[in-house]
Amino acid sequence: MAKRPTKKNLKAMHLNMVRIRRFEETAGRMAENGKIPGALHLYVGEEAIAAGVMQHLSDEDQITSTHRGHGHLVAKGGEFKPMFAELFGRSTGYCGGKGGSMHVSNMKVGMLGANGIVGGGPPIAVGAAFSNKYRKTKNVAVAFFGDGASNEGSFHEAANMAALYKLPCLFVCENNGYGEYTPQANHQAVVDVADRASGYGMPGVIVDGMDVMAVYEAAGEAIDRARNGEGPTLLECKTYRFYDHVGVRGMGLTYRTDEELALWQARDPVSAFEKNLIDLKVMTQDEIDSVYAEVNAALDEAVDFAEQSPYPDPSVLLDDVYWVGGD
Amino acid sequence: MSEARESEPRSLSYLAAISEGVREVLLEQDNAFLAGEDVGQAGSVFGIYAGLFDEFGADRVIDTPISEKGIIGLGVGASATGCRPIVDIMFMDFMGECMDEITNQMAKMRFMFGGSVALPVTVTTMSGGGRNLAAQHSQSLEAWLAHLPGIKVVMPTNAYDVKGLIIAASRDNNPVFVVMNKMIVAMQAEVPEGAYEVEIGKASVVRQGTDFTIVTLGRMVYEALDAADQFKEQGLDIEVIDARSIQPFDTETVINSIKKTHRAMVVHEAVQFGGFGGEIVAQIQDLAFDYLDAPVARIGAPFSPVPFSPSLEDAYIPNAARIVEKVKEMLA
Repeated sequence: MAKRPTKKNLKAMHLNMVRIRRFEETAGRMAENGKIPGALHLYVGEEAIAAGVMQHLSDEDQITSTHRGHGHLVAKGGEFKPMFAELFGRSTGYCGGKGGSMHVSNMKVGMLGANGIVGGGPPIAVGAAFSNKYRKTKNVAVAFFGDGASNEGSFHEAANMAALYKLPCLFVCENNGYGEYTPQANHQAVVDVADRASGYGMPGVIVDGMDVMAVYEAAGEAIDRARNGEGPTLLECKTYRFYDHVGVRGMGLTYRTDEELALWQARDPVSAFEKNLIDLKVMTQDEIDSVYAEVNAALDEAVDFAEQSPYPDPSVLLDDVYWVGGD
Repeated sequence: MSEARESEPRSLSYLAAISEGVREVLLEQDNAFLAGEDVGQAGSVFGIYAGLFDEFGADRVIDTPISEKGIIGLGVGASATGCRPIVDIMFMDFMGECMDEITNQMAKMRFMFGGSVALPVTVTTMSGGGRNLAAQHSQSLEAWLAHLPGIKVVMPTNAYDVKGLIIAASRDNNPVFVVMNKMIVAMQAEVPEGAYEVEIGKASVVRQGTDFTIVTLGRMVYEALDAADQFKEQGLDIEVIDARSIQPFDTETVINSIKKTHRAMVVHEAVQFGGFGGEIVAQIQDLAFDYLDAPVARIGAPFSPVPFSPSLEDAYIPNAARIVEKVKEMLA
């Protein structure tokens, strides 16, 4: 049975979607201003997926993420200050400045890391799910990955093992239609990644990844099954990347058309959900506006915090290569 | 060692020389193709293959799925059966995904099968740090490859060499890895038009000197040249050797230099412990011990993954200042 979201769920999901959207827009602006070193892969357009799935998870449930991982961490309970500090390469960041955007993580909320290796996450999620079962907890592990990663051997091995051992695991394919710069039709012969599920012996479900309510319901069912010992599910969320693979450019890209972008932007998951919330009388426009005001204020504070934080001292370079005592 | 259609050299970027090298291969060999992640329409990262898709089409410049094991396997199987593939692994770090295909298949097939098959496959890839791309997009893993009997490994450091080595790699009947560097893609050099080869296994003496030898891998050659210039006024004449190829490695050029200078240092960007520099030092002490006035020094990265933050990455990657300091220590 599909689990209907409560008003509290709806408001929490909205807050998370706004937090992700504004975080990413702010990070993109900072990168363009040269304040964030390295590469940024932004999640704008895909917010409904992280928000809808994470609404079912506690800090004790784990996720693995991708190179496009900020949204996953925000929705899992990541805080703006240490996230921005990490993106800025400062010592106060979640990883002490050693990881950056592509490796931002927080074990305390069960976020096992953004990952620079496409397909890096699913096998680790299987390990976490195995551990959950082995330790007899009721926790689940969720692997987020893209259509591109669904072509990595690591994904296939992970999916097979999760089904074989009936692990409390959920595979969430964020199918945004592009593996880096290559359109899906040029990187796989299937249209629906969920079709592959039957080959592993697990259910495959397709959902509109621009609709947070739909994601919430489908993820809820799959996570319930996982918690009840009924094994993994492959949940494919059809979505779109409003920005380029790296950076903030959306229009004028050579490998996709502006018309295609416009079609997806017309289905913007954040504004669509806000319209829904008003129609359902869950929130008023004023309440929505105050969510933005709060989030924006928190972001301003976080950026100030990051900018004022020191860079890590080179003396820490060899710390944490190995465990040598402590936590 | 140049040949054919050679004309007036022009100044060309490292980046443009890569695609020109591949272009010459595709023009020369009907059974050659380029395959890899985003090599086609997108021209790969930094645009190193820009223009090739438009010129040669989707049959010969092939966008692959993000499937590194599949990509290397494609190169192995196609090269065993009459093709001359160039396959691209976007960042060297991603070789983790396909090390079985490299280690247990590509490197061993000819030997295991009693010489009954040749694998004329070229693998191109980008290595090195310096762009704040963190631990999984910045590594220098050439020692992994040099340790595998059956494959060759070159590390071109300028536009002339990268073009000539790609062509030589493709003409070679063995698997050859062309390990390129992402920090020098904009660097210009004189590059002739047309096809020419740079000999695989031959080092390049990029600066003649009489008092001290620095052997470098990859882009560390520029740090060594910078360091050498800093000693010029003090009257210390440093010879700098760009190894260019590490498998096979040009021991002779290095030994001849040391016979002249009697002091040596090896510099690479990879982690020092277990890095290829250790092999070079061992070769020197095997073959030139009697010519040495001091122990051979080594400079590589500290024993940690490549850090993200600029303050840490700057401290991590070897540079001219560290080379200068070490030379001074050796002369003290």
